[in-house]
Amino acid sequence: MQGLIRGSAAIIGAAESDIGAVAANMSAIDLMAQGIHRALADCGLRLSDVDGLYCATTQGRTSAMSLCEYLNLPHAYTDSTIVGGSSFEIHVAHAQAALAAGLCTVAVIAYGSTQRTVGRRQASAREYNPHETPFRPFLPASAYAMVASRHMHEFGTTREQLAEVAVAAREWALLNPAAWEKKPLSVTDVLAARPISDPFTVRDCCLITDGGGAIVMTTADRARSTGKPPVYVLGCGQAITHASISSMPDLTHSGARESGAAAYKMARMQPSDMAVLELYDAFTINTILFLEDLGFCAKGEGGPFVAGGRIAPKGSLPVNTNGGGLSYCHPGMYGLFLLIEAVRQLRKECGDRQVPGAETALVHGNGGVLSAQATVILGTEAAL
Amino acid sequence: MPNATSSPLGTYLDHLEKDELAYQFSPEANKAVFYPRVICPYTGSDRLEWRISKGLGTVYATTVVHAQQGETYNVALVDVDEGFRMMSRVEDIAPTAVHIGMRVKFRVHRPGGEEPPMPVFAPAEGA
Repeated sequence: MQGLIRGSAAIIGAAESDIGAVAANMSAIDLMAQGIHRALADCGLRLSDVDGLYCATTQGRTSAMSLCEYLNLPHAYTDSTIVGGSSFEIHVAHAQAALAAGLCTVAVIAYGSTQRTVGRRQASAREYNPHETPFRPFLPASAYAMVASRHMHEFGTTREQLAEVAVAAREWALLNPAAWEKKPLSVTDVLAARPISDPFTVRDCCLITDGGGAIVMTTADRARSTGKPPVYVLGCGQAITHASISSMPDLTHSGARESGAAAYKMARMQPSDMAVLELYDAFTINTILFLEDLGFCAKGEGGPFVAGGRIAPKGSLPVNTNGGGLSYCHPGMYGLFLLIEAVRQLRKECGDRQVPGAETALVHGNGGVLSAQATVILGTEAAL
Repeated sequence: MPNATSSPLGTYLDHLEKDELAYQFSPEANKAVFYPRVICPYTGSDRLEWRISKGLGTVYATTVVHAQQGETYNVALVDVDEGFRMMSRVEDIAPTAVHIGMRVKFRVHRPGGEEPPMPVFAPAEGA
């Protein structure tokens, strides 16, 4: 089995749609189309160049069909794999495969959500699970909260260490003009905020915003003739260990171990080769768990690792440089925004929050309740 | 092949109606299987036996949900002694008093109306 080829495809365009709070009656597909328009402009291509469509949203059961209609692309190669927030990292791998197989030549990966405008209940109604729903877990927060309870029990992770993740994200957000949150945040603020599901307060939980966007991918050969420096796909990996939290094999060990290992193997790289990390921070425990499972610290040491501002703007390891799902934007499924930020970091477009000399980035998507883990390693020409 | 005359969930709920916590056991994998299914996730076999748990377990993870309206309540994951994990809640004590490692015992809660019976737990110190 040959598998995906390191560096065979590249991301050449990336853009957000409107984010935060969008205009009344804007639809999820409107935001996808707006993101596609802006991402194509970013790389100097036209809609008529697009022959691959990848998308997912909770606000439409058949989003690929809707997008084909909206964009009048009846012959596009389509894939609307949906496994929660990491769908878009999986789309990158699927697009890389389709580009290599010649099934398409220019692929766009798009997302849109108006969950803030229409309400979370309407934007992503939860399916009834006879073994969970009767106990009224406040999902997804309660699932991640139980993971945090277990991490604290097994490893002595503290409430303050969890809060440090939110504080670091906020410090990055204050450097990002597009971020939703504009005011400083302290550990004390996080602990004193409204409780949601113990041990989490509202500041341990991702934002609820609208938003969308798109990225454009093509083959490495074609990428070199486009306007901006290509961002190559060096490694991909995925692991889907469960769907419901009661079926997660071990609450303190996520499938990121396997998805990360696969991505590192394909990229022929290791954690110390990564210049910037974009980790899906739906809740503060995520960042700690993923730093462990992706090999940036030992299992159980994620709490002390994030203490003292190590992952904040002045720290030694840049993590979630746009402010993350905790402070920048989180429209239901956040995975596409990790990719957009990584592309911008590698193109050195990030202004005050730019990580100097970043040539490699690790993007880690998370879907469901730590269910669907997908890792993508990206790099510039220098990293090939 | 004729259609199945009962479903995994249906059989499970029938046992709950009789105050029994039922689970499946895969003889080929020599493992408990929960939630109930039509095939074993470890072997792919459809040979699954129904067994009745003694109803004792240990709290594996816990949280207190702070609802916007109404009182706070507990949600927990319980490791049942026969080797499976399930979501439930621990009753009879304050939700904040539920802790990881606590021994608990199963009982059936009947919400009434159209709602099916629910497996819940209560503290069982010394069990």
